[in-house]
Amino acid sequence: MSLPVDAEQALAAFGQCPGWEQRARLLMQWGERLPALREEERCEANRVHGCESQVWLAGELQNGHWQFRVASDARLLRGLLAVLLARVNGLTGAQLAEIDLADWFAQLGLARQLSPSRSNGLNAVLQRMRELAGDAQVP
Amino acid sequence: MSLISPWRADFPGILALDGEGQTYLDSAATAQKPQAMLDALLGYYAGGAANVHRAQHLPGERATRAFESSRDQAARWLNAPDSAQILFTRSATEAFNLLAYGLEHELQAGEQIVISALEHHANLLPWQQLAQRRNLELVVLPLDAAGLIDLEQAAGLIGPRTRVLALSQLSNVLGCWQPLAELLALGKARGALTVVDGAQGVVHGRHDVEALGCDFYVCSSHKLYGPDGVGLLYGRKPALQRLRHWQFGGEMVRVADYQSAEFRAAPLGFEAGTPPIAGVIALGASLDYLAALDAAAVAAHEAALHAQLLAGLRARAGIRLLGAPRVALASFVIEDVHNADLAHLLTEQGIAVRAGHHCAMPLLKSLGLAGAIRVSLGLYNDGADLERFFAALDQALELLR
Repeated sequence: MSLPVDAEQALAAFGQCPGWEQRARLLMQWGERLPALREEERCEANRVHGCESQVWLAGELQNGHWQFRVASDARLLRGLLAVLLARVNGLTGAQLAEIDLADWFAQLGLARQLSPSRSNGLNAVLQRMRELAGDAQVP
Repeated sequence: MSLISPWRADFPGILALDGEGQTYLDSAATAQKPQAMLDALLGYYAGGAANVHRAQHLPGERATRAFESSRDQAARWLNAPDSAQILFTRSATEAFNLLAYGLEHELQAGEQIVISALEHHANLLPWQQLAQRRNLELVVLPLDAAGLIDLEQAAGLIGPRTRVLALSQLSNVLGCWQPLAELLALGKARGALTVVDGAQGVVHGRHDVEALGCDFYVCSSHKLYGPDGVGLLYGRKPALQRLRHWQFGGEMVRVADYQSAEFRAAPLGFEAGTPPIAGVIALGASLDYLAALDAAAVAAHEAALHAQLLAGLRARAGIRLLGAPRVALASFVIEDVHNADLAHLLTEQGIAVRAGHHCAMPLLKSLGLAGAIRVSLGLYNDGADLERFFAALDQALELLR
């Protein structure tokens, strides 16, 4: 399976990152590119709990393919969410269930951001995505 | 000249982290351990483990003696008159739960439990849940601008219906000593049982539970340079007698039958199941180590580090300190900077500080904050640790601004 275009771009950009500073700058740039959530989408129902920052996640199925949109008040987390969406947007529910996201973040040099400690909230977002995709498969 | 801790080399953990490029400034969450403690832990297991208070055989007797000797040391450390007044639990949190269950039978609907706005969840949730079970009122004492419990308001709120007054000695977020003498006097005047959360306080200086005059004092081993898995509960004798047994099994029983049983008094009656034997023995070694240090030198070193920390934070624009920290730690937020972003960039630079709500969500909410960064100090920290922290902070702010 070939990678989505955004994911190819992320790999190219982060793969060349020589250090934490450049990586942080790049994350913030990617975060800025995230399309904003509408005010009414920043609602309690879309709120992802388990993050110390505020995070909202909206997802919809379009012709069998998932499109997620996210917002967060923390800039580096926004960047992490952006590279996550680069990898998962456009996948089917089945693909989403199978994908190894730990490996994806590792390829970007961001493996540590998926630490089992709940502090940055990325795991909570992943779990919510899988819940959304799982619920959609229930007839 | 940079501050040097003469005790740093006694702590293999801080040296190992240093070697890995990690600057550890999170001792209020858990402390690194002295070599003496590691030796005791290994010595107990490698020398032959045995259960305590059960067997007549030699290994069992040896383990029991070592275990009980830690109880004596803990009693001496806190100046408890009798080591039977020290109960071992599995954490400070468990000690609070022990109290909330052990005292439940005394409380009637409509009576009050009084805590303060800065309590750690461990000294909030067990009381909150008890209040819900028994239909009690949980009264929260407000703070003044400096982060101290407001005495004037406390005097009005602690009243004839107050049965339990449970307060922190030293806030894990605000880093200031609370006016416990005055507050405990208010509680005692109303006949309330008084509980002190010493989890942070016990680590800084020596405290005398007799002089404090509280009914119960709770602290944990792992913040006091001991192993995790051990909490301490001191109780005044008449107060201990009012506790009902709450966990059952093991050697806490005196006589057991199929349909009924009789239980031991404190301390053993409140240590159901096999206790954390190795941990308790190793805590004894940590207390031995600490007792041998020059207390005045430790206090002076900690004060100098804390002054350096505050001076560095105050020298930087846009930093807002939480409260007016006096010892051990400082929590802060930075204008227009999300604390999660700052935490991320400090982590990237090998700075181990705590970010978030510090197990005191209601306090952070009352300050209008989602979280804060906390730098906390141990006796093994050097001035160079703080210099690395500030260099990383400046670098992070440059990126974020």
